[in-house]
Amino acid sequence: MNDTMIPLMTETVLAFLPFYPLISFLLLIGFGKCLSWRVAASLSIGAMVLSALSSLFVVTQLSVDVPVITSHLWTWFSLSLTEGANQTTASININFYLDGLSAVMISVVSGIGLLIHVFAAAYMKEDENFSRFMAYMNLFIVAMLILVLADNLVLLYLGWEGVGLCSFLLIGFWYQEKENVLAARKAFIVTRVGDTAMAIGLFMLFKELGQLTIVDITQSAQTLWITGDDKAYWIALLLLGGAVGKSAQLPLQTWLPDAMAGPTPVSALIHAATMVTAGVYLIARMNGIFLLAPEVMNYVAWLGAATLLLAGVAALAQSDIKRVLAYSTMSQIGYMMLSLGAGAFSAGVFHLMTHAFFKALLFLTAGAIILALHHQQNLFKMGGLLKRLPFETALFAVGLVCLMALPGSSGFFSKEAIIAQLWSSNTAGPLLWYCAIFGALLTSIYSCRLFFLAFMGESRFEQNLQPSSSKLLKISLIALAALSLVGGMFANIIDMSLTQVFPLVARSTKSEPNWLHTIAIATPFVGIIFSWFYFSSYRSKGSAGLNQNNFSESTSGIANFCRQGLGFDCLYHWLLVKPYCSLAKLNRRDIFDQLIMLNAWYVVLCHDVLKSGQTGKLRWYAAAIGLVTFLLLLVLSVGALSTEAS
Amino acid sequence: MIAIPLSHILILASILFVIGFIGVITRKNTLFILMSLEVMLNAVGVAFIGAGSAWQQADGQVMFILILTLAAAEVALGLALLIQMQHRFKSLDIDLLSKLKG
Repeated sequence: MNDTMIPLMTETVLAFLPFYPLISFLLLIGFGKCLSWRVAASLSIGAMVLSALSSLFVVTQLSVDVPVITSHLWTWFSLSLTEGANQTTASININFYLDGLSAVMISVVSGIGLLIHVFAAAYMKEDENFSRFMAYMNLFIVAMLILVLADNLVLLYLGWEGVGLCSFLLIGFWYQEKENVLAARKAFIVTRVGDTAMAIGLFMLFKELGQLTIVDITQSAQTLWITGDDKAYWIALLLLGGAVGKSAQLPLQTWLPDAMAGPTPVSALIHAATMVTAGVYLIARMNGIFLLAPEVMNYVAWLGAATLLLAGVAALAQSDIKRVLAYSTMSQIGYMMLSLGAGAFSAGVFHLMTHAFFKALLFLTAGAIILALHHQQNLFKMGGLLKRLPFETALFAVGLVCLMALPGSSGFFSKEAIIAQLWSSNTAGPLLWYCAIFGALLTSIYSCRLFFLAFMGESRFEQNLQPSSSKLLKISLIALAALSLVGGMFANIIDMSLTQVFPLVARSTKSEPNWLHTIAIATPFVGIIFSWFYFSSYRSKGSAGLNQNNFSESTSGIANFCRQGLGFDCLYHWLLVKPYCSLAKLNRRDIFDQLIMLNAWYVVLCHDVLKSGQTGKLRWYAAAIGLVTFLLLLVLSVGALSTEAS
Repeated sequence: MIAIPLSHILILASILFVIGFIGVITRKNTLFILMSLEVMLNAVGVAFIGAGSAWQQADGQVMFILILTLAAAEVALGLALLIQMQHRFKSLDIDLLSKLKG
C-alpha cells in the first residue's frame, strides 16, 4: 500500500464506523421476532466488534503529524442568516471529525460498549424481548458515536437527542411495570429541560457567529470576542444547561437514581460509555467558548463540587446496591465537571475514560450478583457474599479500589490528576480543593459501607445462589477488570493526544503547599480506616439481624432525607409538578380546544337546519321546487332585462 | 281565420300550468295529484302547439305527441302505484307517505 492509500482508507473506515450498529439495529427491529438468541446476539455483538475494530484502526492512524482526520459524507442542509444587507450561508454537513478528544471518546464508547453488549447478551438471554433490547443498545451506541464524531453542533445535537431517546426506551424497557415507565419518563423530561437550554444556546451561537462547525466557532469566537464577553457568557451558560441535564449534575440530577429501573446492562451503558459522559464531552469540546467565559467555568467547577458532595452524602444512606452506584456515578461526573471548570480538560477526559472502565465493571458485576441472588438488590439482604461468590467479589473489589482511587489503580491516576490541578487554577481554588478531598473521603466511606454490607458479615440471604456460568459474562467482566487495573498506564498516551486538542490554560502562580499530594493520597485510606471501625457492625458476626428490615425503617430522619437524594425530588414535586398538575386540572376543558370545537358546533348547527327541511312530505318538496324555480326565473329575467337596458 | 297571438296562448298555458301546480301542492288525495300533473303536462302541450303554429313548424306537434305518450306511460305507472297504495295504507292520502325524512 502506498502513502496516498492509507489516508483514504482511514477516511472510509471512519465514515462507516457508526453505521455498523445502525444496520444491526434495523435488522433486529425489523426481523427480531424471527431471529434466535444466537443470531440476534451475534448480529449485535458483531456490529459492535466491527465498530470497535474500526475505532482501533482510526485511532492508531492519529499521530503528531496527523492530528485530525475528517471524513465528509454528504451535505445535510444549508442555513442562511440575513443580517441587514449581508447574507451568510452555512452548510450543515454530515461530517465526522476525529481528533485526540473524539478518539478517546470513540475508543471508550465502542470498546466499553462492546464489552457491555457481550455481557448483556448473556444477562438478557432469558428475556422474551431480547432482540428488541439488543436493538436499542445498538441504537444507543450509534447515537453516542455520532455525538462524539460530529464536526458541527447540529449533528452533535442529533446524537444528543438520539442518546436521550435511547435512554428513555431502555430505562422503560420492562414497561409492564408502572415504576419503570415513570422512571423513563422522568429521565426523558428532566434531560429535556437541559436540551432546551442547549438548543437555545445553539440558536444564539448561530445568530452571533453565523456558523455551526465546531472548529470555525472556536476560531471566530476567539477573534470576535474578548474574554468575559457577555455573549460568550450567555452561550456558555446555556450549553452548560444542556451538559448539566445529560450528565445528571445539580440541579437536574434527579433522573439518574431512578434510571436504575432499567436492566443492569443499561445502567452500565448509561453510566460508563454513553449518556452521562455526553455533557462532559460537550464542555470539553466547546472549551473555546467556555474559556472566554471564566465566570461560567467557575460555575461549572462549583456545580461539579456541589454535585459530588451531595451525591456522596446521598450514597451513604442507600440500601439498593444499584442506587449506591448511581450516586457514585453522579459524584464521579461531578469530579469531571470540577476538573473541566478548573481548566484541567485533559484530566477530566482522562477521568471520564477510567471511570468508564471501573463503573462498567462495577455495574456489570453488580448485575451478575443480582442475577445470582434472584434479583435481590437490597444490600441489607445480602451479606457474606465473599465466601459464596468469590469471583464476583474479587471483581467488585477491583472496581471499588479504582473508585476509591487507591494508588496503582486507574482511578488513582485520573482523580489525583484532577485534584492536583485544583489548587492553583484560576477558575477553581483551594476551597474547591477541599471539596474534592472531602468528596474523596465520602467516596471511600460509602464504598467501604457497600463492600462490608454486601460481601462481609453473616449471610442474610437464605435461598440458594445461582451464579451464572456463562462464559460471555465472565469474559467481559475479566476484560473490564483488567482495563480498570491497567487503565492508568494510558495516562501518557491520553495526555499526549489531548494536549493537541486543548489550549494551555493560564494558571495562577500561587505556590502550592507541599502537603497537598500527601493529603490527597492519604484521604481514601483515612476513609477506609474510619469505616472499618464505624461500620464494624456490618462486617461482624452479629450482622444477621440487619435484614429484619427494622434497620432501614427505624433510622433517623436525616438518613431518610439522604436516602431520598437530599429532598430534591420532593422539592421539585412541590415546586414544579404539583403546580403544573393543578394548572392542567384547572384547564381540563381546554379553552383552545373549545375554540376549535366551535367549528364542529357550527357544522352541527347547519346540519340541524337542513335536517328540519327533510320532512318526507312530498307536497312540500314539490312546493319548494316550484318556489326555487320561480325565484331562479325571476333572477334570470331581471338579469336579462338589466343587460338589455344597458 | 283570425290568428291568435302567441302571447295569448302562452298566458293560457301559464295559467293552466299554475292551476295544475297549485293542484299538486294543495291536494292530499294522490289521485287528484296525478290529475293535476296531467293538467300541467297539457299546459306545456298547449304552449308547444301554439309555438309550432306561430312559427309554422311541425316540431311543436311532434313534441306534443311525445308528451302525450309520456303522459300515458306516467299515468299507467301512477295508477299502478295508486292501487298498491290503496292496498297497503287503505287510503290515498299522500301525507301518509312520509317515512323518508331526515
